[in-house]
Amino acid sequence: MSASVTPLVDQSVIERSLAAALRRGADFAEVFVEDKRSTGISLDDGKIEELSSGHDRGAGIRVVVGDTTGFAHTADLSELGLAEAAEAAASVARSGGGGVREVALSPRRAHSPSTVEIYPDEVPKAVKVDLLRQADAAARSGHAAIAQVSAGYGDSRRRILVANSDGLIVGDDQVRTRFSVMCVAAGDTGLQTGYESLALTVGFELFDRFSVEDTARTAAGRAIAKLSARPAPSGVTPIVIKSGTGGILFHEACGHGLEADHIAKDASAYRGKVGELVASPLVTLVDDGTPADQWGSAAIDDEGRPSQRNVLIQDGVLTDYMWDHLRARKEGRVSSGNGRRQSYQHLPMVRMTNTYLLAGKEDPEEIVAQTPHGVYVAKLGGGQVNTATGDFVFGMTEAFLIEDGRITEPLRDANLIGNGPDVLRKIDAVGNDFDMCPGTCGKDGQSVPVGCGQATLRVTGVTVGGTAGA
Amino acid sequence: MPDLLAIAERIAGAARPGEEVEAYVSWHRDTDVRAYDGEVESLSSAESAGIGVRVVVGGRQGFAYVGNLDERLAREVLDEARDNAGFATPDEHVGLARPDGVGAKPLELWDDGLSAFPTEAKVELALDLERRVRAGDPRIRQVVSADYGDAMGESAIVTSTGISASSRRTTCYLAADVVAGEGDDTQTGDGYTIGRGPEGLDVESAARDAIERATRLLGAKKPASARLDVVLDRRVTATLLAILAGTLSGEEVAKGRSLFTGRAGEEVAVAGVTLVDDPTNELAFGASTHDAEGLACRGNSLVEGGRLVGFLYDTYSARLAGTSSTASAVRGGFKSTPGVGARALSLVPGELDQAEIVALVGNGLLVQGISGVHSGVNAVSGDFSVGAQGLMIRDGALAEPVREVTIASTIQRMLQHVIAVGSDVEWLPSVAAGVSLAIADLAMSGT
Repeated sequence: MSASVTPLVDQSVIERSLAAALRRGADFAEVFVEDKRSTGISLDDGKIEELSSGHDRGAGIRVVVGDTTGFAHTADLSELGLAEAAEAAASVARSGGGGVREVALSPRRAHSPSTVEIYPDEVPKAVKVDLLRQADAAARSGHAAIAQVSAGYGDSRRRILVANSDGLIVGDDQVRTRFSVMCVAAGDTGLQTGYESLALTVGFELFDRFSVEDTARTAAGRAIAKLSARPAPSGVTPIVIKSGTGGILFHEACGHGLEADHIAKDASAYRGKVGELVASPLVTLVDDGTPADQWGSAAIDDEGRPSQRNVLIQDGVLTDYMWDHLRARKEGRVSSGNGRRQSYQHLPMVRMTNTYLLAGKEDPEEIVAQTPHGVYVAKLGGGQVNTATGDFVFGMTEAFLIEDGRITEPLRDANLIGNGPDVLRKIDAVGNDFDMCPGTCGKDGQSVPVGCGQATLRVTGVTVGGTAGA
Repeated sequence: MPDLLAIAERIAGAARPGEEVEAYVSWHRDTDVRAYDGEVESLSSAESAGIGVRVVVGGRQGFAYVGNLDERLAREVLDEARDNAGFATPDEHVGLARPDGVGAKPLELWDDGLSAFPTEAKVELALDLERRVRAGDPRIRQVVSADYGDAMGESAIVTSTGISASSRRTTCYLAADVVAGEGDDTQTGDGYTIGRGPEGLDVESAARDAIERATRLLGAKKPASARLDVVLDRRVTATLLAILAGTLSGEEVAKGRSLFTGRAGEEVAVAGVTLVDDPTNELAFGASTHDAEGLACRGNSLVEGGRLVGFLYDTYSARLAGTSSTASAVRGGFKSTPGVGARALSLVPGELDQAEIVALVGNGLLVQGISGVHSGVNAVSGDFSVGAQGLMIRDGALAEPVREVTIASTIQRMLQHVIAVGSDVEWLPSVAAGVSLAIADLAMSGT
């Protein structure tokens, strides 16, 4: 099923806007039009706190002259509004004498990897509200220690249209639905938190596939378990990372360092390393905007390039970086479909989509069994990297001690710290399981939805930033 | 600039009997210039504006926004917010702010010089910053970005309950991200300068700051794990205070989600710790005449001589806790409803500058920067574990640089282990002021 969609802006208006953008002389011009409607509902303290609806609509116009980009945006999608934005963006080309340049656009079709069965805007608000109540009840039932529950529902529909002076015009209709639960448990040792979320590029059928009660119980269970947690160790120890959220390790530890903008500016530890062994031979890393329904998937990127699957590291050897339009153009190649932006008010840059490590051959339970002593990380919460040095941190939000090859006591939250290139070489076991998780990447202050994934794996030594003796 | 107050008045004026309506209308114009390798890499300039409407009826709140000032769309937004209100759970504490008799202190947050400042001069500042950084030290290998940015903005809040407020501000900054190298070693640093207008910018200090932060870490090694005392550099303290702000939110406290729940009046820190949030201090980056619900901002004491004396409240959390708003409502713009937050937190300074504090500590770690704050600090449990880089302190002086370590403790424990607050208060682009801060006995995890 597909909802009927009126064009965001007439093609002839876009053509004239591009011509206006090129008037002072430019190498490239682009119009990005966006119309985004979103709904958010929050439950807190047992109450439906608020339902909010939002509507953002506008266009961003980019003009490139040599190595300089001019950019302007407007919420006014009339021909006049677009012409003014085009003029402002073109002002960087003040010296050029471009003359008239016509742009003839040839529409292309984009094929979405995700199918939407039930558009969230066709679902009554009351039905969405009920999901939150169900989650609240499930989180509290059977757990006297659950002191507080907050839950959030969100959906969005983002229609985009990208046209540029190369003659491209293409659109996409992106639907996202998400749900999250945060629980606070209270005990003799103080307060602890547990979190779980669902998020896919699908419609309301998300809730036919997943139960919000299960999501709530998972979050509650995490908070409860940590009430009896002991402080995490301090120092270097082997870690086994469960499949799923561990993908954040690759997003941070090497993904950002493989973005072509960091490479071009000599701000990456991976510069000049294509063809070299940069990781354990067990590591094959992919960035892929095409898997159905995943949080970082889309038909096209925000420069109109079809999403594709890019192998970044093959059997430990660095094969390629990720590219957006401008970085690729400089190198005389094509974009890898990694040009993304938060909204029409932002310039695109090189961004990841879904970044994941391919599964290996080992039984995940065996990996734990063959680890005499260490930390089992069941859930990672987020991280940060310095691409120039490769140093990164990421937080464990559900972790356990491994003693004599068995998962034993829960540990309190702590950060792990390591160096990307170093950690990739220290991966000595990769499981035959696999899972993905949703996330938000905040590069340069712009938030975009991304996916991460990996199989259960072991790193022979990472510094765990707890307070207990290792 | 459009008349925001008039737009807000028309929307709030459409409230029906038994209904409270709040219109928040904002507009801003931003310019951003990025210099790279002697050229302008990007130049963007744009206006944006929007309207956020809250409707409260029968203790139920609904919200809607639109990224536009079109009044036809504004009426649709009001209808949508009204419809949304019907789905909330009735809550007697929900309601809009009402005038509380506190007058707004006039603040000079607007610099006319900014609107007259030509784009060419903005470009030149960014290029100048890049040149100074590149020329400033032979070990600077790369200036990843040298940015000039400015913003001028205005917002208006009008409610059907009698609130009518507007405020405007300008800000501008210069910032550089640099990579320094020596042999195989690479380190990064950043520096910035910020002001209400271009007159307030100090290009040279931003350049020097970026260079020093990157070069002084060259040669950094990962040290062995140890328990030690730390001195937090000013920026790091500001980050720590911003985290603390979340735990002092009256809403989080009332809902049992703060490590300070049930601890009002207790000695939560050593006697040398006094913490205030005073948005009426013009020096503060977050200074504001009004809060995000239109009440006049005022100074609020939170910790006095180590004793927990107050929390921050907006209208809702104040009613929940049976007290009155401290005018501490903040919002992320027209797209969100107000929540509780600090704007201008600062520790009352002590007597010693950073060098004297380093001498006092004798042996430990000067923390220049931290990372992983959002993943490693839990404001509910108080668990604190962050990545750190900085310089070892040996025999009262700065010694070798260290990297790839974490420092860990709990927020509760850190407050009880403050050794000294510096005299070097600096207002940063944050909700908190920076000041050097020495804390005893953290776990440093290295090799």
